[in-house]
Amino acid sequence: MVSEAQVWEALAEIPDPEIPVISLVELGVVRDVEVENGRVRIGFTPTFLGCPALEVMQEAMADRIRELGAEPDVRVLTADSWSTDRITPEGREKLRASGLAPPQPRAEGAPTLVQLESNAFRCPYCGSRDTKLENIFGPTPCRSLRYCNSCRQPFEQFKTL
Amino acid sequence: MSEQERAELLLEIADDELILGWRDSEWTGIAPFLEEDVAFSSIAQNEIGHARALYELAARDLGTTADELAFDRKPDEYRCSQLVELRLPGWEHTIARHYLYEKADAARLERLKAADDPELAGLAGKIDREETYHRMHAQMWFDRLQSEPRFEAALDELRPLVDLRDGHGEELTELWEQMTEVRRSQPAGTKW
Repeated sequence: MVSEAQVWEALAEIPDPEIPVISLVELGVVRDVEVENGRVRIGFTPTFLGCPALEVMQEAMADRIRELGAEPDVRVLTADSWSTDRITPEGREKLRASGLAPPQPRAEGAPTLVQLESNAFRCPYCGSRDTKLENIFGPTPCRSLRYCNSCRQPFEQFKTL
Repeated sequence: MSEQERAELLLEIADDELILGWRDSEWTGIAPFLEEDVAFSSIAQNEIGHARALYELAARDLGTTADELAFDRKPDEYRCSQLVELRLPGWEHTIARHYLYEKADAARLERLKAADDPELAGLAGKIDREETYHRMHAQMWFDRLQSEPRFEAALDELRPLVDLRDGHGEELTELWEQMTEVRRSQPAGTKW
């Protein structure tokens, strides 16, 4: 019989399909795990609703549960339950190490253009705060584009959500 | 709010987001410059993601599926605003629509977030946080273009359409034909 701890361990091995340096558990999309009579129920919170990786994530989790010999039941929770604050400290460090600046902690209320245009964002390569917003939108819905004035390196910023 | 009323409200918003998402995606590959190509493609992707989540909630109330609601209705059954259905190849019109839509959508999301319905309020909260970035983008363009006569004229022309949901033009039918072409080419009941 599979235990909850084993399920968490197994899910922690599944890489994010678009940003494979971090796992689904580090991304914070696994809300809860319940095991009952060989059935594993996973509460899954989507990141961006239009993210094409959401199905891939759900299928990867279901496959992994089947490999453990249990029946998966992945439920999608669309209520307002995921934010970038759910990315774990380890996950943030891995993002930074791969050149993707981690999201800022979520402020009260929504982020503003003034905040995004401020220099509160560190370059993941040289650590300088002398960076500027190039484009609110980037290669995927969850990223913005920034430029470091110190080391002259463009980089991606995980949007704060 | 009854289940039927909730479903109708959800369809109204979902139709807006689906149709606007299609229109925004028309800039993919041909926007005036690369940043805007990326921006409108990303916004389109978000809007269609919102539409799907809203259709899924409505589909549960109505005993159907999100795809059937999105693609198997006739053009005159769509509840979208006339603002979103227009094909707007002019940049000033695209930005004017973007700005007007984001304003109206923000007000609507504020009301939904306060609804005494955790599912509706929860989904509205999630959509609203993604829309924050769309609003920023719209505001940035508004600030750039606000004194331009062509932009002012586009705002005046489009503003009356925001709340018009009854009666659609030819352009929605044309869009519907493109959007549902592949689905209509398959026998009913095909699994996608």
